[in-house]
Amino acid sequence: MSSWTWFHRLASPPSFFRLADRLAPWLGWIALALLAYGWINGLFFAPEDYQQKDAYRIIYVHVPAAALSLSLYVGMAVAGFVALVWRMKLAESALIAIAPVGASFTALALVTGMLWGKPMWGAYWVWDARLTSELVLLFLYFGVIGLWQAFEDPRAAARACALLAVVGVINVPIVKYSVDWWNSLHQGSTILKMGKPSITAAMAWPLFASVIGSYLFAGYVILRRLQNELLQREAGTAWVRELMGKSRV
Amino acid sequence: MGGYGLYVWGSFGCGLAVLAWNALSPRLARRALMRQMTESE
Repeated sequence: MSSWTWFHRLASPPSFFRLADRLAPWLGWIALALLAYGWINGLFFAPEDYQQKDAYRIIYVHVPAAALSLSLYVGMAVAGFVALVWRMKLAESALIAIAPVGASFTALALVTGMLWGKPMWGAYWVWDARLTSELVLLFLYFGVIGLWQAFEDPRAAARACALLAVVGVINVPIVKYSVDWWNSLHQGSTILKMGKPSITAAMAWPLFASVIGSYLFAGYVILRRLQNELLQREAGTAWVRELMGKSRV
Repeated sequence: MGGYGLYVWGSFGCGLAVLAWNALSPRLARRALMRQMTESE
């Protein structure tokens, strides 16, 4: 039993709040450095593509956003599952903290995809499997955010959101494998596939930096949002009062 | 950007906007929350 005490301590709002306070600045600054490296090199120093010329540079925004849109949904669904099964408050707060971040990166993936589609495919939008399922993903995020705002009682709201998040996770493999299952205008996965990547190092390093930087950035934002959720839920408790006392000094 | 400037810069601009919104909104929310909690005390 004693091996679980660390878990209970971590899941308690005041200790998680303090841990997030220590962790968040590191995540934020490393994310900023990686993103600056990735985007500046992607924009100005990576060689141009032999087919797409400079238009391919959109990849440095599009791929990290698209990868995050799926990963964050899975994270949200896992938090939802934990919230449903163990009624853990921290998981409920995590679910709510992730949703707006996920929605914003899903919207970014869609918009940059449109800006890439116009010059390459000749159309901003086509109703094909990849694009449509990604749009459904955005609506799932909106659904979770809307449900959260529709309930007065935060615990009831969290249960409803968790249920939607868990059921909606079925859309994630559909987005991911849509390019293999159906004929799609969208290209298949070429960069993050196993084995030899089909991209030269001068293009690949800025891309990897952008992807990892975006993940760390999302981690930073989620920690900060989670802290706010905890403060709101625990308002009036001893640890929040103590914290406010310190911040006023 | 070889004629693709609008699309490339547009994408990076949207990317920056999303980063900025994500970085700023929890900060503003925290400030509002702290003010609200101090008033209700």
